[in-house]
Amino acid sequence: MEEKKSLIKNPSFQAILTSVVCIILGLLIGYIVLLIINPVGAGEAIKTIILNFLTRASSMARAKALGNTLAKTAPLLMCALSICFCYKVGLFNIGAPGQYEAGACIGLYAALAWNCNWIVCLLLAAVAGALVGSISGFLKAYRNVNEVISGIMLNWIILYLTNMILTRVKDPTSPYTMKLSSKNSGALIPSAGLEALFAHNKTVTLAIPLSILFAVLIWVILNKTKFGYELKATGFNKEAAKYAGMKEKQNIIVTLAIGGALAGVGAAFLFLTGYQEWSTTQSSVPVMGFNGIAATFLGGLHPIGTIFASFFIQSITDGGALIDKSVYPSQISELISSIIIYLCGFVLFFKYALNNWIRKKETREISKVDGKVIDTAAAGKEGGDK
Amino acid sequence: MDAPYAIEMVNITKRFPGIIANDNITLQLRRGEIHALLGENGAGKSTLMSVLFGLYQAEEGVIKKDGKEVKINDPNDANDLGIGMVHQHFKLVQCFTVLENIILGVESTKGGLLQMDEAREKVLALSDKYGLQVDPDAKIEDITVGMQQRTEILKMLYRDNEILIFDEPTAVLTPQEIEELMEIMRNLRAEGKSILFITHKLNEIKAVADRVSVLRRGKYIGTVDVADTSKEEMSRMMVGRDVNMVVEKEPAKTGDTILKIEDMTVASKVHSNNAVKDVSLEVKEGEIVCIAGIDGNGQTEFVYGLTGMEPLVSGKITLCGKDISNASIRSRSKEMSHIPEDRHKHGLVLDYPLEYNMILQRYYQPQFTSGAGFLKRKEIREYSEKLEAEYDVRSGQGPVTIARSMSGGNQQKAIIAREVDKDHKLLVAVQPTRGLDVGAIEGVHKQLIAERDNGRAVLLVSLELEEVMNVPDRILVMYEGEIVGELDPKKTTVEELGLYMAGAKRNVGAEKAERKEEA
Repeated sequence: MEEKKSLIKNPSFQAILTSVVCIILGLLIGYIVLLIINPVGAGEAIKTIILNFLTRASSMARAKALGNTLAKTAPLLMCALSICFCYKVGLFNIGAPGQYEAGACIGLYAALAWNCNWIVCLLLAAVAGALVGSISGFLKAYRNVNEVISGIMLNWIILYLTNMILTRVKDPTSPYTMKLSSKNSGALIPSAGLEALFAHNKTVTLAIPLSILFAVLIWVILNKTKFGYELKATGFNKEAAKYAGMKEKQNIIVTLAIGGALAGVGAAFLFLTGYQEWSTTQSSVPVMGFNGIAATFLGGLHPIGTIFASFFIQSITDGGALIDKSVYPSQISELISSIIIYLCGFVLFFKYALNNWIRKKETREISKVDGKVIDTAAAGKEGGDK
Repeated sequence: MDAPYAIEMVNITKRFPGIIANDNITLQLRRGEIHALLGENGAGKSTLMSVLFGLYQAEEGVIKKDGKEVKINDPNDANDLGIGMVHQHFKLVQCFTVLENIILGVESTKGGLLQMDEAREKVLALSDKYGLQVDPDAKIEDITVGMQQRTEILKMLYRDNEILIFDEPTAVLTPQEIEELMEIMRNLRAEGKSILFITHKLNEIKAVADRVSVLRRGKYIGTVDVADTSKEEMSRMMVGRDVNMVVEKEPAKTGDTILKIEDMTVASKVHSNNAVKDVSLEVKEGEIVCIAGIDGNGQTEFVYGLTGMEPLVSGKITLCGKDISNASIRSRSKEMSHIPEDRHKHGLVLDYPLEYNMILQRYYQPQFTSGAGFLKRKEIREYSEKLEAEYDVRSGQGPVTIARSMSGGNQQKAIIAREVDKDHKLLVAVQPTRGLDVGAIEGVHKQLIAERDNGRAVLLVSLELEEVMNVPDRILVMYEGEIVGELDPKKTTVEELGLYMAGAKRNVGAEKAERKEEA
């Protein structure tokens, strides 16, 4: 009893528990929506979403599909890390999609127009993301402009700027940028033998282990270093940080610049694998940055948890694309995965509810125990009086 | 049968997780008496009043009005029963006039239009009857704290409340204003109102109350007639042991000048005038200098300017012979320790564990951070444990306790430990005993005097008259951003101090002001 109670109070256990509850609830609601639209295929469809690559027929196809999911997990993880890092410093980096766009823009432009190799492209993507992030940071630090507002506006500004710039390196016959494999294969992130494990899926590259490395790095910075100590202190209490002589304004800018660099690298991790090209006619902000928010919360705001959360979210997104389109309308995959991802954002709410419940229960137990003691004491007193 | 008590709270018990805030408390308020409720911070006074006001529901016990049991589920019920309260922090709308504030919530209307004339007449009549001078058309933001308090009292009277609760009403007043308030309370009693007076100031109880009920750590200690008891007796009931009410100290042995401030001016954040105007002062090693004054006379901005939290408009600060007028907070902190006014806003990162808060001013030093920028966790833990032991900082889980979960007294002890243990020549202590109980206050005062005896210069900023009179070696009075008086605590009286605090007297800077006029 005692052990069980302390387990449920353990923050790590709570984080995992609430994340799992969110996932189950999300799947359940997704299932109900499927049932309402068409009860016949609902069971099959939800199974497809959960199993994703496992539904493929051959082991080769399974490995290849898993490779695809992993290739898209890496950029998602970078966006999630960007948001997670900033969140720990008390900033909500909803501008991650804009920083991601900037990374895609400069990364691809360097690859296609200047024929840079992949390392240079990656670094330039990081710098571009950092610059966009620091615009929000600067406005926040010196003009007290909320980073959410400036971030959202920059998302759109950078989107059209990117479309404009990348039109110069686009394929003449389609709205997409030129293929790296034919124009400049040196800009492709090397696979380093990883493709062999995934049925020669060429999009499985070093980006995947690198993104995991970044997650570990972010965790170390936040928890083990002086730099992380300062940043987190600034996030928790800006005034106390100032009082302690920290440069709180500078810290805000640096934080959003780092967040921007992470998102920028995230874009490079997608577009420099040759998985897809940038469409210069797109008119919506890339969903990757927004899914990063869900992955951050689902991952319990912990860089390591974010790794698993990113994989899960990417997996259900890909699984959703496999739903039988003869039974459901074509928008169904996006709809169901959005519902699940939306529910993932409720982690903090569930954690709050859980702790509330624990507290209430404790209060009841205390009153019960104390009540008895007081009763007997009062009874004894009364007896004495008589 | 006419019951003798206006309100009775019988055997009230209220529990919170892990604590019994009120443990079987009985409070009986006679009709037409001033009944003081005495207790330290955390003794359960506020909880008890919240139960009476319907903000909390007691688990056990009953409330009786005129001998009849009543249920109070929310503040509206309390209002219907004629219970009114002046909160410690006034609940007034700043941009409304006095009159508008008084009628707020009980406006009389005709066809949707306010009927102000009727209300004005009633307010003026009440103000006349009880000697509550207010200007009904003045806006709250323009009037003195004393008048704001009178507005709060009129609010209760306008609602025909019979039972009036005053929650630490004198904390924000000058000695003269306190005297006026006491007179008002006597008038109210004469008119048959029953008053509950919550305080921890024994002088005031002696001056005005008929009976006093004492709470200690959630328990009811007893009720006594004020006339038959002494201050010492009351403080013993409140604290549970004898308290040394006089601060013991040797005469100061002063040395070199540590801090020299010349014509310092600091801008205000709320209005276009400067909050601190041409302040000059010196603090020598081995002395405690106290800046006294009523809250909001520029003390906060003065400290911000001194510690580097706000830039100076003009003036020069010299610390240990170095000009630090434009130095950063970090470089000032090498010679200066600062116990901030607001421990939650500035003093602590509440979501950090205690050990991280203990190194807040020193985390970057080689003792706690390696050359590569990694925190030395073992050293941090050991340092925190050392400070906790030396300064008797108590917490649930030691160094890993989250600062937010600690009691206010222990949070303050942690800050004091951190600031005193760090290298410094000057200690700036801003209201270091705010919100602490009598026992803890004694400890803080001893610490300040030990600092002084160790050859440090101590600059104390305080609003508490008792502290101002007992702890420092010199008193400087600040009024509207200027130093208007320098007093010797051994030679002055509370009354004289009050005149300086209210701006009625000055003995410093008068010639300078005249010189300026001539020029």
